[in-house]
Amino acid sequence: MARFSTRVGRRVVLGIPSAWLILLFLIPFIIVLKISFSEIQLSMPPYAPLLQWVDGKLLTVKLNFGNYAFLFTDALYISSYLYSLKVAAVSTLFCLLLGYPMAYAIARSNPTSRNVLLMLIVLPFWTSFLLRVYAWIGLLKNNGVINNVLLSIGLIHQPLTMLQTDFAVYIGIVYSYLPFMILPLYANLEKHDLTLIEAAADLGATPFTAFRRITLPQSLPGIIAGSLLVFIPAVGEYVIPSLLGRTDQLMIGRVLSDEFFENRDWPIASSVAIFMLLLLVVPIMLFQHSERRTLEAGK
Amino acid sequence: MKSHGLFSRTLLVVGLVFLYVPILSMVVFSFNNSRLVTVWDRAHSPTWKWYVELMSNGQILDAAWLSIKIAVIAASGAVILGTLAGVALARFGAFRGRALLAGMTTAPLVMPEVITGLSLLLLFVAMEQIIGWPQGRGAVTITLAHITFCMAYVTVVVQSRLVGFDESLEEAAMDLGARPAKVFFRITLPLIVPALVSGWLLAFTLSWDDVVISQFVAGPGSSTLPMVIFSKVRLGVSPDVNALATIMVLIVASGIVVSSIWMRYQNKRRERDIQLAASANL
Repeated sequence: MARFSTRVGRRVVLGIPSAWLILLFLIPFIIVLKISFSEIQLSMPPYAPLLQWVDGKLLTVKLNFGNYAFLFTDALYISSYLYSLKVAAVSTLFCLLLGYPMAYAIARSNPTSRNVLLMLIVLPFWTSFLLRVYAWIGLLKNNGVINNVLLSIGLIHQPLTMLQTDFAVYIGIVYSYLPFMILPLYANLEKHDLTLIEAAADLGATPFTAFRRITLPQSLPGIIAGSLLVFIPAVGEYVIPSLLGRTDQLMIGRVLSDEFFENRDWPIASSVAIFMLLLLVVPIMLFQHSERRTLEAGK
Repeated sequence: MKSHGLFSRTLLVVGLVFLYVPILSMVVFSFNNSRLVTVWDRAHSPTWKWYVELMSNGQILDAAWLSIKIAVIAASGAVILGTLAGVALARFGAFRGRALLAGMTTAPLVMPEVITGLSLLLLFVAMEQIIGWPQGRGAVTITLAHITFCMAYVTVVVQSRLVGFDESLEEAAMDLGARPAKVFFRITLPLIVPALVSGWLLAFTLSWDDVVISQFVAGPGSSTLPMVIFSKVRLGVSPDVNALATIMVLIVASGIVVSSIWMRYQNKRRERDIQLAASANL
């Protein structure tokens, strides 16, 4: 009896979340893939079916690669993909350059202030992401806070154009994703064995050499996890470039949403999404690998 | 070593300033009389007028209420599903389809929101065509979408809490003849309560905050608060949004203060219990 209920219980525990994710995570991707091969059609929904009955007898599959061909012939898409990859890469680098020393300083501070500092890092995350990005409009505008301060102390004589530039998007992404960089780095740096550093110092290594030869290589898993947590979502970022970014060069997330909502071209929007996933498949697999390793290391 | 520590500590301070200046600027300018948000009107500030305006803005209040309802349901659903998935991944060992389940729970953590939003919308459209449900799009589809991306976070939180505990307590209860369901409710569940609480709060925040996925799966007439804010601020800064931000910061800050006081109280009580137990043994 107990055995029987164990088996049923396991199936229920396993079955419910699996079924949910298959229906609402896996199948949707298959639908996107399917629609990316359809032709646009004036109807609701606005795409032609892939499977068609010819004369009511023969079932034919009509795969249309035209959407993908279009992605490569129209310069808009290619430049948007490249621009998105560039913005995500630069922002990830800045995030790492700021986040690493911060995580390091927290991990090496005394235990009581460590908790307070961690709380300070996480706290902004609990307030609305959208509102925090919006706050930067007020700071970066031509007549915004930063320009007003710089003008009043006489550092500049003309307001700097900061809003609707690449710079504003980097700021927005670094600002919003910084906790995602710091937390995995901190979790890694906190576990380091400090006696190794002491040993290196005893053997005559300068602090910088000790850092470069011991701390940095050991923290590589944290660097990878943090960078992927920033880079992957940043490629498809929509809100930050919409509020702070350039209007002459769109990121790919914006292109996708414009194709869908404004041009109502569902097949093209789907192929934009599929191609974005193809670009991100390697980083996503890397992320899953590192995530599995950290979760298993917790044992 | 010294100079090294100084460098990282300086950047820590710089980073914290960077994190908090935008929030503080919203708080300050929410009391500014001028409509030109960033120019301080010395003669007539501070003022409450943006708060008054906010409280009489029916559209924002309706949207906020809808967002709260969706976030409560989505967080609760995500905690149930995420706990099941977390328990399966942490306690069931190697089972068929484990890699698939693990993949489906970690991929949403990094998946660009536009892709998730588009794929869910296309699913809902296809479902309506085939089984006639959900009819149209609105609060129901937003909630379903939010449960899906929030449960991934809950799964990770629950799973990492569970792998932190060894299974000896559960095995001991099993050896003493407790049924699996009883072991779960009497031992496993109490152990992971902190993870469930933080998972719920995390899911609530993510749902309450989401704009991109909601925009895809929402229908006409069902605008959540972030959707209303987003369409408002796309047209430029508006002072009542600063007031709204200030209220949200206030709620979060007081929540943190209350929970840390509660945690301190719990710790003190535990210490006292340990002392009592120790003195009873003497």
